[in-house]
Amino acid sequence: MTTETRGRTHNGGFQILGSMKGATGPLIGLIVLCLFLTFWTDTFFSVRNFLNILDQITVLGIMAVGMTFVILIGGIDLAVGSVMALTMMVMGYLHVEAGLAMGIAIPAALVVAALNGLVAGVLITRFNVPAFIATLAMMSIARGLASMITNGQQIIGFPAWFNLSAIIRYGGFLTMTVALMFGVFLIAILYQRYRYGGRALYAIGGNPEVARLAGINVTLMTIMVYVVCSVLAGLSGIVLGARLDSVQPSSGVGYELDAIAAVVIGGTSLSGGTGGIGGTIIGVLIIGVLRNGLNLLSVSPFMQQVIIGLVIVLAVTAETFRKRK
Amino acid sequence: MTKPSPILSLRDIRKSYGSIEVLHGVDLDIFPGEVVALLGENGAGKSTLSNVISGTVSPTSGEMKWLGAAYAPATPREAMDAGVGMIHQELKLLPQLSIAENVFVGRYLMSGGRIDRKAMEEKAQSGLKRLGLDIPPSRIVDGLSTANQQLIEIAKALTLNARLLILDEPTAALGGEETQLLFRQIERLKSEGVGIIYISHRLEEIRQIADRIVVMRDGAKVQEFDSGDVPVRTIVEAMVGRSLERMFPTIPTPSDEVMLEVTNLSSPDNTFRNISFSVKTGEVFGIAGLMGAGRTELVRALTGADPISQGSVKLNGKEITPRSPREAIRHGIVLVPEDRKLQGVVLDHTIADNIGYANLDELTNSGWITNRKLSAFADAFIRKFGVKGHGAQNAGELSGGNQQKVVLAKWLARKPRVVVLDEPTRGIDVGARSSIYELIMDLARDGVAVVVVSSDLEEVLGVSNRIMVMAQGNQAGILDRNDANDVSVMELATL
Repeated sequence: MTTETRGRTHNGGFQILGSMKGATGPLIGLIVLCLFLTFWTDTFFSVRNFLNILDQITVLGIMAVGMTFVILIGGIDLAVGSVMALTMMVMGYLHVEAGLAMGIAIPAALVVAALNGLVAGVLITRFNVPAFIATLAMMSIARGLASMITNGQQIIGFPAWFNLSAIIRYGGFLTMTVALMFGVFLIAILYQRYRYGGRALYAIGGNPEVARLAGINVTLMTIMVYVVCSVLAGLSGIVLGARLDSVQPSSGVGYELDAIAAVVIGGTSLSGGTGGIGGTIIGVLIIGVLRNGLNLLSVSPFMQQVIIGLVIVLAVTAETFRKRK
Repeated sequence: MTKPSPILSLRDIRKSYGSIEVLHGVDLDIFPGEVVALLGENGAGKSTLSNVISGTVSPTSGEMKWLGAAYAPATPREAMDAGVGMIHQELKLLPQLSIAENVFVGRYLMSGGRIDRKAMEEKAQSGLKRLGLDIPPSRIVDGLSTANQQLIEIAKALTLNARLLILDEPTAALGGEETQLLFRQIERLKSEGVGIIYISHRLEEIRQIADRIVVMRDGAKVQEFDSGDVPVRTIVEAMVGRSLERMFPTIPTPSDEVMLEVTNLSSPDNTFRNISFSVKTGEVFGIAGLMGAGRTELVRALTGADPISQGSVKLNGKEITPRSPREAIRHGIVLVPEDRKLQGVVLDHTIADNIGYANLDELTNSGWITNRKLSAFADAFIRKFGVKGHGAQNAGELSGGNQQKVVLAKWLARKPRVVVLDEPTRGIDVGARSSIYELIMDLARDGVAVVVVSSDLEEVLGVSNRIMVMAQGNQAGILDRNDANDVSVMELATL
C-alpha cells in the first residue's frame, strides 16, 4: 500500500488538491466517463454544456457537503430532503404571505432548518436514538410541517433578482447559485483540512470512544454536524427555489438518497472516519455528468435510474476490492 | 472403596499459538460426582483449558478420553453432544425468549414439521425441577435474577444430558444467599454423579464446595490438593509461585507533596465504593486486584471517562472532580486506557493523526491547523519515544508495543500532571515491556503522579512505590512497596 492510496497524506504543496487524494478511484471514473461522453456525443464537450452541468448540480452539491460531514462521523441524515422543502416553504411564506423582505425571510428560514438539525442532534446524542431513526422521524415531521404551511399549495411571487441569480452568468460563466456552491465547497474543504473541528470529525468517525477519551467534545460536535447538515439542506432548498422561481412542499422527495449516493460514490465510508469533501465533489460531478450525458444520449429517465444504481454498486465494490488488496 | 473410572481424562494437553505455548502438557482427571476447583491467576491457562474441554479450542497435542473413549471435539456442539456443559461467566441467554426456548435454542424439538412447544416446555420443566427451580418454562428470561439465569444455563446443559459441567466464575455476580442456592444445586448434581469443574477467584467458597483443588500457573498444572479444605494462604502461594525473574527498572523516590487525592469515590452502578487514596508527585501508585474488582471502573471515573456518584478528586489540594475526559485533560489528568484497539488508537488512521487527536487544541492557531505542523509535531514524538514507524503509517500496522507508545506519546505531549495507565503492557511482548516501564519511570522522575492498574501481579509489584488492592469493588488495603509481595496482595485481593 502506498502513501497515495491512503485517506489523507501529510505532504506539503497542493493541499487543497490533496483533498481529492482519497478519491483517486472516483476521479479516474469521472475522467473515463467524460472521455466516453466526449466521443459518443457531439454536444457533451462544450463550455456551454459544462456550465449547464454546474447549474444542474448546485442543489445536490450543497446538500452533499452537509451529508459528507454527517457520514464522516459515522451518522446518517435522512431528513435533508424534507428540511429542504420546509426551508423553502418558510421562506416563501415569510416573503410572499407575511410580506417580509427576502433579506429577512432567507435567514429566518435557515434558522428553521438549523432547528431541525438541532432536534435530530439532541435526540441522537442525549437520548441515544439511532441516527437513522431520529432523522427518519425528522424527515416525516419536516415534510408534514412544510405541507401544513400552505396546505400543500406552491408559493410564487418572488422578486425578479431571486430567479435571475440562478440564470444570469456573471463574467459569462458564473451564476450566483453556482458561485454559492463553489463557496460552500471551498469553506468545507478548508474546514475539513485546516480547522480543529475538521480533524475532530475524523477522530469521532474513526472511533467515538477514542475521540472522547482524547478530550474532544463528541456530543457538541455531533449536534453541530447535524445542524450544519440541515442548514446546508436549507440553503440548497433556497437555491432550488431560485432555480424554479417558486417553492412547493413536495420538493426534494428522495434527495437525501441522491446526497448519500454522491457521498458514497465519492469514497466516504458509511462506517465513518474516512473520505471527505474532495471525494464528494467528484461524486456529485459523476452523478451530474452521468445524468447530463444520459440525457444527451436520449436514455430514458427510468433507465437512468438503473444506471445510477449500477454506478453506486460499482463505486463501492471497487473501493472494497482496493482495500482488501 | 475403589475409585470409579473418570468421566474425562486429559493427558499431556498442549496448546500453542504460533510459537508461543500457552498450555504446557496438562494432565487432569474428572471423576463422577466430584467438584474440582480449577484455580490460578489471570492468564494462568484456566480458560484455555476449559475451552479445550468444551470444544472451543483444539489442543495442539495431547490426548483426551471421555468415558474411556478417545475424545476430540472440533466444535462446542460436538462437546455438548458428548455431554460437556460449559456455563460461561457472561450468561448467554436470549432475554426475550422463554426459558424453554432458551433451553432448546438451535435444537428445537420438532413434531410433524412444527416446533413442538409442549414437549419442549415439559422437558425444560423436568430440567428445572431437577435443580429445584419452580419457574414456569414458558416465562421469558428477561427479569429473572442472575442466580436463576445461571441455573437455567445449568438446566439447559442438563437437558442435553451433560455428565460434566464447567462453571466459569458462577458466583461472580451472585450475592451470598444466591450463592448458597447455587451450592445446594451443585450438591444435588454431585449426588447424581455429574462431574463439575469449578473455576473461581473466591477462595473462601472453594473450601465449601470443592472436593479437589487443581492449581494452574503460567499454563501448567503446578499443584493438586486432594481436599477442598486447604488454607487460603497455601493455595495463594501455589497460585503465585515463583516464576522467572523479570527486569524492572529502579524506582525513583517520590516527593512528599501530594498531587492527587481521591476521597470516598463511588460509582453510580456500585462497581466500586468508598475508595480513598492519594498519590504524591513523582510516585508510581499501583492498583491490583482480580478481574471484576472495579479497578478499571475506578480509574475511568477518576479520569472523567465514567460517571462518579459521590466522593471527590483533588489535584494539588484543589477540588476538580472531573465529569468528562475533557475536563480531566484540562486539569492534566490523562488516561492510557485498557483496550488499546478500542479506546486508545484509531487503527485505520495514521500515527500522526492519532497523536494529533489529543493535541488538536495545542496544534491549532486560533483554530487553524496544517498538515505540516501536525507531521512535524508527531515526528518529534515518534522519535522521542522510539516508535518504530513513520507518521503517515496507519496505527493498525504497528505492533502492540508501538501502538501503546503512540497512545503514550499523544498524552505526554501535553505534559500531564497525573498519568493513569490501565494494563499498560497487556498484549505487549516481554521485550517491549521494559521500554514501557522505562517510560513510566521517566514520568515519575519528571514529577508526574503515575497510577498503574495491572492484572500482572509481578508488574504491579515491580513498578509501584505503593499498591492499593481492590476486591469486589472495595478498597482491601494499601501496601507499601516494602510490605507488598505476591502473597500479601493476593490475600487482600481474594477477601
